[in-house]
Amino acid sequence: MKYLTEYRNLEATKSYLELIEKTVTKTWKIMEICGGQTHGLVKNGILELLPDYVQMIHGPGCPVCVTPLNLIDKAIELLEQGVIVCSFGDMIRVPGSKKSLLEAKSNGGDLRILYSPIEAVKIAKSNPDKEVVFFAVGFETTAPANALSVLHAQKEGLKNYSILVSHVLVPPAMEAILDDKFCNINAFLGAGHVCAIMGYKEYYPLAEKYKIPIVITGFEPLDLVQGIYMAVKQLESGIYNVENQYSRVVKEEGNLAALKVIHQVFEVGDREWRGIGEIPNSGYVLNKEFKAFDAETKFGISHMKVPENPNCIAGDILKGIKKPHQCNQFGKACTPSNPLGAPMVSSEGACAAYYHFSSNLITE
Amino acid sequence: MDKGTRAYETIQLGHGSGGLMTRDLLDDIVFKTFSNSYLDQKHDGSIVDFNGKIAISTDSFVVSPIFFKGGNIGELAVNGTVNDVAMCGAVPKFLSLAFIVEEGLKMDEFITIVNSIKKAADESGVQIITGDTKVVERGKGDKIFINTTGFGEVNPKANISTKHIKVEDKILLNGYVAQHGMAIMSQREGLEFESSIESDTTNLNFLVNDLINEFGDKIHLFRDPTRGGVASVLSEIAQDINQGVLIYEDKIPLEKQVAAACEILGLDPLYVANEGVFLVVVDALISKEVLNFMKKDQKGKNAALIGEVTHEHPNKVVMQSSIGGRRIVTPLIGEQLPRIC
Repeated sequence: MKYLTEYRNLEATKSYLELIEKTVTKTWKIMEICGGQTHGLVKNGILELLPDYVQMIHGPGCPVCVTPLNLIDKAIELLEQGVIVCSFGDMIRVPGSKKSLLEAKSNGGDLRILYSPIEAVKIAKSNPDKEVVFFAVGFETTAPANALSVLHAQKEGLKNYSILVSHVLVPPAMEAILDDKFCNINAFLGAGHVCAIMGYKEYYPLAEKYKIPIVITGFEPLDLVQGIYMAVKQLESGIYNVENQYSRVVKEEGNLAALKVIHQVFEVGDREWRGIGEIPNSGYVLNKEFKAFDAETKFGISHMKVPENPNCIAGDILKGIKKPHQCNQFGKACTPSNPLGAPMVSSEGACAAYYHFSSNLITE
Repeated sequence: MDKGTRAYETIQLGHGSGGLMTRDLLDDIVFKTFSNSYLDQKHDGSIVDFNGKIAISTDSFVVSPIFFKGGNIGELAVNGTVNDVAMCGAVPKFLSLAFIVEEGLKMDEFITIVNSIKKAADESGVQIITGDTKVVERGKGDKIFINTTGFGEVNPKANISTKHIKVEDKILLNGYVAQHGMAIMSQREGLEFESSIESDTTNLNFLVNDLINEFGDKIHLFRDPTRGGVASVLSEIAQDINQGVLIYEDKIPLEKQVAAACEILGLDPLYVANEGVFLVVVDALISKEVLNFMKKDQKGKNAALIGEVTHEHPNKVVMQSSIGGRRIVTPLIGEQLPRIC
């Protein structure tokens, strides 16, 4: 397995951990943006290997976690209307206001778990008398494939395919976190896969405005410790640049072909984030030309609104103000088998990651 | 007049009616294939002799697709129950066999499954001694469900119980994990990906019995981590014994292609189902001998010592990652869900 085992090498990882230890002189709070990075940190036990001075704050980059409750209710509504709803796997157990997609499926809904939205277009084509909706959640990473599914459906002349869009963008979320008065984050590990699509030019103004180092980082143990080391080095030298640790995948200009598809189908619009609230210009919506593929308009469900569970502090968790185990409900009323909020559902969610893997719990 | 079972292209509701069509189906296919002195009496049940303690285990098989790379639901139904009996420290002798067939199952497929059952039963040395066949209307089943119950004679040298597990005991695995689950996954609708991963379904009773004969009560536990995977079984063990279990990520036997498929699909191999894998917990003093013994057997050639029982972190399984960090391994909750990105 080229490009994998090399990045899980004990000696190389150790040498970066030693470099971090040698370099750090005071406490720094570093937020990893992406849920995949949180998963990598806890799965590999990196948190307990880091010196106490380096504190990792788990960011909002888990698509499942930030998809608002009312979007889940909308997907369930469609399922109950007899629509074939297609979704990525970890979305289906996230609780809506009354139930999850998985429960709606057991009540008779036709729910399909897919790895690719292109499969959903195939399902629409082979079920011409049924409506098929793909639950298009995710950050910039999944946007190209979701956009491509719309282009495929258009090319095939399919009238029974649409997407329930909940696309969110990383930079506006970073800005919302930095603008929060309780924000105490000193540096970011940028989300590697998001940047593989988008590039990282849009991070220059952020680093400059907030005087904060941003290191675009990958997901393997060696990536993570190297990214952390690069951030610590900048912090200790008092500089704030955008650096690219994940250069084997990420180019400054991003993936031009993917960007072209995104811009063809989507435009930037306001988005609600679960636990954070509405952030202006923080997501993608279908542009005018492709409005016919918008499930919310097509099925008249745009008006649906539901409040979040008041006992869930997902917002504080996603903004890095609180750690999962500081929540009163953590591991008690809220567990992966009975989650109150989304961060407890996806294995990338900060709460579930803590619950499953965290060394904090080993000795409890 | 009846036209004979093999003339039907598919299983009909009438094949489960209890009338002539059922009799023909049994005579032409089932009894003919499994013929033995017990079954040939064509009674409602069988009377058998046993020496000493008896181990009994039952399991229902509902796998979809029913044919997959490396096997089908028939051999799974035999090996699964044979292995469960073997894990009790017993030599499996007899099986009951009950089909629930969905109307419309292709007759050829039914025959193939019955033949696979026969082959698997012969290979593991068990006889089918009683059974049942029901047919449900189209749409009320999923092609075919099979239930088997296994009966085995407990090896007098065996003393298998979580009660005998103690701190410092070693935990071994006989071979590659996650093969079966990933073979099934690779053929599920909507997830198909090209691979040559085959199910590891096989009987484990001979190797298990050889281990008991060789090492006796120094072997404290056998478990086969089928659904829920290695992680779920180890979690159950840790809870049962009120001690901790420590395993090492880089010691878990994992075939390259399976590892890659798990990476791509975002699944953790520790939670993926196995069919030809068993865990054995042994006294630390004999762990190396057990490992060498297993490695000499075809079904243990990829065996590995994967961890140990510890007084630290009671009730919890902790895995040391390949870079030296640690994390908790929790039991599987619901189905393992693929991640978005």
